[in-house]
Amino acid sequence: MEIAQKVGASVLDGISYVGSLTTLSVRAAYFTFIAPFQGRPGRIQRSISQAMEAGVRALPILSLITFFIGLILALQAAYELRRFGAMGFVASAVALSMTRELGPLITAVIVIGRSGSAFAAEIGTMKVTEEIDALETMAIDPVGFLVAPKFVAMIIMVPCLTIWANFMGILGGALFGVLKADFTFQRYITASLEALFLRDVFTGLIKSFMFGITITAVGCQEGFNTGGGAEQVGRSTTKAVVVSIFLVILVDLIFTMLFFVLAD
Amino acid sequence: MAERTKIPVATDEFTGPMISIRDLRVSYSGGREILHGISFDVQRGETLVILGGSGSGKSTLLRTLVGLERPTSGEVWIRGKNFVAISDAERDEIRTHLGMSFQGGALFGSMTVGENVALPLVEHTKLEPSTVEIMVRLKLDQVGLSGFEDFLPSQLSGGMKKRAAVARALAMDPEILFFDEPSAGLDPIIAAGIDQLILELKKAFHMTIIVVTHELASAYLIADRMVLINKGDLIAMGTVQEMQNSKHPKVRQFLDRVPEPAVAQELDYLQMLTEPASKQGEGRQGKSR
Repeated sequence: MEIAQKVGASVLDGISYVGSLTTLSVRAAYFTFIAPFQGRPGRIQRSISQAMEAGVRALPILSLITFFIGLILALQAAYELRRFGAMGFVASAVALSMTRELGPLITAVIVIGRSGSAFAAEIGTMKVTEEIDALETMAIDPVGFLVAPKFVAMIIMVPCLTIWANFMGILGGALFGVLKADFTFQRYITASLEALFLRDVFTGLIKSFMFGITITAVGCQEGFNTGGGAEQVGRSTTKAVVVSIFLVILVDLIFTMLFFVLAD
Repeated sequence: MAERTKIPVATDEFTGPMISIRDLRVSYSGGREILHGISFDVQRGETLVILGGSGSGKSTLLRTLVGLERPTSGEVWIRGKNFVAISDAERDEIRTHLGMSFQGGALFGSMTVGENVALPLVEHTKLEPSTVEIMVRLKLDQVGLSGFEDFLPSQLSGGMKKRAAVARALAMDPEILFFDEPSAGLDPIIAAGIDQLILELKKAFHMTIIVVTHELASAYLIADRMVLINKGDLIAMGTVQEMQNSKHPKVRQFLDRVPEPAVAQELDYLQMLTEPASKQGEGRQGKSR
């Protein structure tokens, strides 16, 4: 009985947590899309600086990691394919796994590590130093001021980063293709493009858009949940990373299932 | 949602008490009641000092007055409007007439001092950037920080941070100014400077000022009236003279800085802090058995 109670309580906690993330996202969407038309200041400058931080500055590390992932995928695919003398399929295997799955996912994981954690730490520290309270006493909504610019930055930058990650992954695969699978660079890229349908890229981008929302909501929510003291900021940051990774995988699963059903 | 508001100008249209609280009760989640029914009025232009020891509930009282905590019951009237019952938009409108200086300053670390002071103006008014710049310079000048516009808060000393925070609180020309522990963590000379600043603001702008502190010397200097909060109850209220002449044992103990007589009381208090209200009775009964 006790186990059933605990499981039940955890499920309820989980549902209420997702509820709070949804509320935060909806409020951020309000401050992004509706409030500027009601005479409230839009915060384009803040969104741009967030986009620079979360997007542009992530490019070097993202490029390196996804290039390696592409190379690893090619190696792993070739391991099996060469037994069947089908090395020509390496290009399509890499292109499909990158665009449909690994491009969005690896991008999300890197963005969680760089930005999701930073959101939690920034808002958590502001909570501890009473800066969030100060915003409220100045009649400035913390969600509009802090969360909305991050949302705008993330829903634009995460899909952009994903496109770049797909490209770098294919490039990584191409390195193997050219060196070990008798492709020319030109032919490898053509083979990759031929294997891809627009749908593959598009489903990956829809997922990455959802990942962007999830990562921002969790990072900011954990920041706002921070109690008193510096130690709590560390805890929020860790929790933001762990919960974000879990929820990103969950969102990934849900959308992959959805696309699977819709494709029938 | 509220339209962008114009800069409020101190007007004399409202003549009643600027702040009026009635039977205010505040509890934290878990049921522990922090304030047990507090009532008082603050008139326009008056400086009220809220005194109390650590954990007395004086900071909670201040947070409730500016709307950061929601009371479980009772009323908070600010400028003739019930702060608890009104809509968020109306509360935000009233908040543009209030200024609050937090204990640690609460300046935004990623913005310069100038941007910090400009923030309320940028958010709530449609003033030209050049006008905002002039107003920022004026406010910083008022608190003796002219020339520090481009400094980051991390480059300022503790006393300067507090002054910058006061400048930000003054940005919208508030009618009521709240201070949370203005001299905490400052050396006596800097603390005296902050007291002086409060007196100047009162004299120059006829502001209503609420100060939470446990520094007696500072309280005697700036207060028109004082209230003493002890464990969530309002023990005494009066002018500096009246408080100094008070025979109330708790007032005497606080003003004469007498330590608590028995450790038992501390343990009792600790128990009150750690147990939810509903369980307190049971806990005590259990012990006495």
